[in-house]
Amino acid sequence: MNLTESIRVALRALGANKLRAALTMLGMIIGVGSVIALMSIGRGVQAGITSQIKGLGSNLLFITPGSTTQGGVRAQAGTASTLTAEDAQAMLDSGRVPQAVAVAPEAPNGGQVVANGQNTFTRLNGVTPEFLEVRNFSVAEGDFFSAEQMAARSLVAVLGANTRQTLFGDSDAVGQTVRVNQINLRVIGVMAPKGAQAQGGQDDVIYVPLTTMQTRLNRARTARGGQTISTINVQLADDRVETRQAAVENIGELLRERHRVAQDDFTIRSQEDLLQTANQITGFITLFLGSVAGISLLVGGIGIMNIMLVSVTERTREIGIRKAIGAKRRDILAQFLIEATVVSVVGGAIGIFIGAGGSRLLNGIRFGGPTAQPIQTVVSPDAIVLAFTVSALIGLFFGVYPAVKASRLNPIEALRYE
Amino acid sequence: MATAVALEASPTGSVTPGAGEVIIKVEGLTKTYTMGDVTVRALDGVSFEVRRGELLAIMGPSGSGKSTLMNVLGCLDQPGAGTYWLDGVETSTLDDDALAEVRNQKIGFVFQQFNLLARTSALEQVELPLLYAGVRDRQARALEALAAVGLADRARHRPTELSGGQQQRVAIARALVNNPALLLADEPTGALDTRTSEEIMAIFQRLNEEQGITVVFVTHEPDIARHTRRVIHLRDGQINQDAPVPEGERLTARPIQEAPAHEAAAARR
Ligand SMILES: Nc1ncnc2c1ncn2[C@@H]1O[C@H](COP(=O)(O)OP(=O)(O)OP(=O)(O)O)[C@@H](O)[C@H]1O
Ligand SMILES: [Mg+2]
Repeated sequence: MNLTESIRVALRALGANKLRAALTMLGMIIGVGSVIALMSIGRGVQAGITSQIKGLGSNLLFITPGSTTQGGVRAQAGTASTLTAEDAQAMLDSGRVPQAVAVAPEAPNGGQVVANGQNTFTRLNGVTPEFLEVRNFSVAEGDFFSAEQMAARSLVAVLGANTRQTLFGDSDAVGQTVRVNQINLRVIGVMAPKGAQAQGGQDDVIYVPLTTMQTRLNRARTARGGQTISTINVQLADDRVETRQAAVENIGELLRERHRVAQDDFTIRSQEDLLQTANQITGFITLFLGSVAGISLLVGGIGIMNIMLVSVTERTREIGIRKAIGAKRRDILAQFLIEATVVSVVGGAIGIFIGAGGSRLLNGIRFGGPTAQPIQTVVSPDAIVLAFTVSALIGLFFGVYPAVKASRLNPIEALRYE
Repeated sequence: MATAVALEASPTGSVTPGAGEVIIKVEGLTKTYTMGDVTVRALDGVSFEVRRGELLAIMGPSGSGKSTLMNVLGCLDQPGAGTYWLDGVETSTLDDDALAEVRNQKIGFVFQQFNLLARTSALEQVELPLLYAGVRDRQARALEALAAVGLADRARHRPTELSGGQQQRVAIARALVNNPALLLADEPTGALDTRTSEEIMAIFQRLNEEQGITVVFVTHEPDIARHTRRVIHLRDGQINQDAPVPEGERLTARPIQEAPAHEAAAARR
C-alpha cells in the first residue's frame, strides 16, 4: 500500500470518529496555546525591561547607597543613606575622576499631588539640570529648570507625561500650580513621553530641583548631616570598558575617602550590571510562567495520552480485522502514525495560532485604566518549537506505541481483544 | 497467482479426494491452551488433506476445536506443533508479512461474528482487501463482489444499517473480492435463521461449482453440512470421523441468486 492510500485510510478512520479526533486535538491546542501565551508574556516583561535599561546608554554608572555582595544582591539595602549631593559634586570638582563628564544626583520621594481639582499620588524626583542630558531625556512643553533656579531652590516643577495627563488632561499645564506636600510648585515644563518603554514609571513622575527637594520637600539627612541622595548618575566620556573600569576604581577610592570607610558603603553599577540583575529577575518570571504553562502542557499531554491509548486499544479489534484480510504490519503502523501526526500537527497548528494570536491581542492592553503600564508580549520561536515538539512527541508516542503493540499481535489475538 | 487458481475448471461432480491437487495438508496439528493448572488440548494431532475444488464441512460439539482449526487453516493463528502446507508451502516458514499476503491473496475468511469495521460502508469494507493488495480499480471489483452476494443495492449501507444475513454476505463479498483459491468460514450461518442460512449455502455452492473455489466451513447443523460433499467430525481436538456425504443425502440450496441481484433483493424486501 503506498503513502497516498495510507493517508486516505488514516483520514477516513479519523473522519469516522470526528469527536474523538477533536478531543485529542483539544489537548494539543490547550497545551501548545498556553505555553506560547504564557511564555510570550514572560518574554515581553524581559524585553521591556531590557530595552529600558539599554535605553539608559552604556556610558552611564549608577551609584546607590549600601554595599552589595558579590552576586549583585544588596546586603544592606535600606540601611542608612550615605550618599550626598556633595559626593556627586566632588567627583567633578576634585579632578580625581577624569572619566566623568557629568553627574546627576537624584533624590526621589513619594508625594500627594493636588492640582486643578485632581488629586493623585506620584513619585517626586529631585534632580539637577544635568539630569536631562545625562539620562538623555527631553522636554516636550516649556523648559527644564536652569542652574539658577536650582541654586535659588525655586518652587518649580517639570511633569512626566502621564502625570500631566492625569492632572490637567487636555488643558495647558505650563504656568499652572501643583500642590505637593503642602507646598505650591509652578509647572514650567512637561517631559516628552517615554511611551511603551516607560516601565518603572518614567512618565509618572514630577521632577523638582534637587535643592528644592532637599530643603522644602524632604529633609532627610545622613548620619553625618549631609543631604541624602538615592542615586548618582555619572556620565562617562565614552563607553569603552577600560574607561568604565577606571571610573569605578576612581569613584570608589574617592567615596571611601570621603565617607572615611574601608569597606564600600555604596554600590557602583553599570548598565551591564543592571541588565544582569534584571535578566535574573525576568528570567525567573519567565521560568515561573513557563512552569505554569508546562503544567498545562503536561495535563494536555496526559489528555492526549489517555485518548490515544483508549482509541488505539479499543481499536485492537479493528487492527485484527485489517490484519486478517491482509494488512501488513507497516500498513497498520502507517495508518496510526499518520493519524497521530495529523491530529498532532493540526492540533499543534491551531494551538500555535491561538497562543500567538492571544499574545498579540494582549500586547499593549493596559489592565487598570489608561495610565497603567501596558502589557508587552513577545512570541518567541523557541516557545513555539518547545510546545509543539513536546505535544507532538506525546501524541505520536502514545498513538504509535499501542499501535505497534497491536500490529505485532496475531490477528486472532487482536480479534479476541476486549 | 490466486486468480489463476480460482479460474481453473472445477472438478465436475467429483466427491472423493483425488479430483484436484492437494491445497491443504495438515499433519499432527496440536494446540494447547494452559489456563492456570488446567491444560486444554484444543487440537490434539489433527491430520487431513483437502483437494482443490472440494466443498467440505467441519462438525463437532462445542469446544471440540473447530474454531481453533479454522484459525490455523486461515493463517490467523499458529499451531503449537504439527505442520500445515498451504498450496505446497509450509506455513511455518513464512514470516508475518508473507502470512499477511497469503491471507490477502489465497484465503477468504468468513467469521461467525462477521467482523466488519464499524462506521464503514459495505463498499469500503469490500474494497479493503483490494487496498492492501495494491489494486487500483477497487470500486468496480468491490461492486461486482457485492453483486455476487446480492447486495449491489446496499453498497452505501453501514453494518448497523444491515440485517445479520446482509452483514454476513458483506463479509463473504469481502472474503471473495481478491478471488481466493480457498474460502474458510467459521459457522457462517450460526447467527442466522434457516432461510438466510440457505441463502449463504447457495452462495457457497455456486462459488464452488462455478468458480472452483475450495470451500471449508464449520457448522453445528447436520442439514447445513449435507450441502457439502464431505464432512469431518471433530471431538476433543481429534478427528473422529471423515466421510463423504452419500449422494442421495446431499442437498442443493435453493438457487436464489439466479435472478439479477437487485431484483432478488427487491423480492426479499
Ligand atoms: N484463547 C484461548 N484460551 C484458552 N482456551 C481456549 C482459547 N481458545 C479456545 N480455547 C479452548 O480450546 C477449546 C477449543 O475451542 P474452540 O473455540 O476451537 O472450540 P469450537 O469447536 O470452535 O467450539 P464452538 O462450537 O463452541 O465454537 C475449548 O475448550 C476452549 O475452551
Ligand atoms: Mg467455534
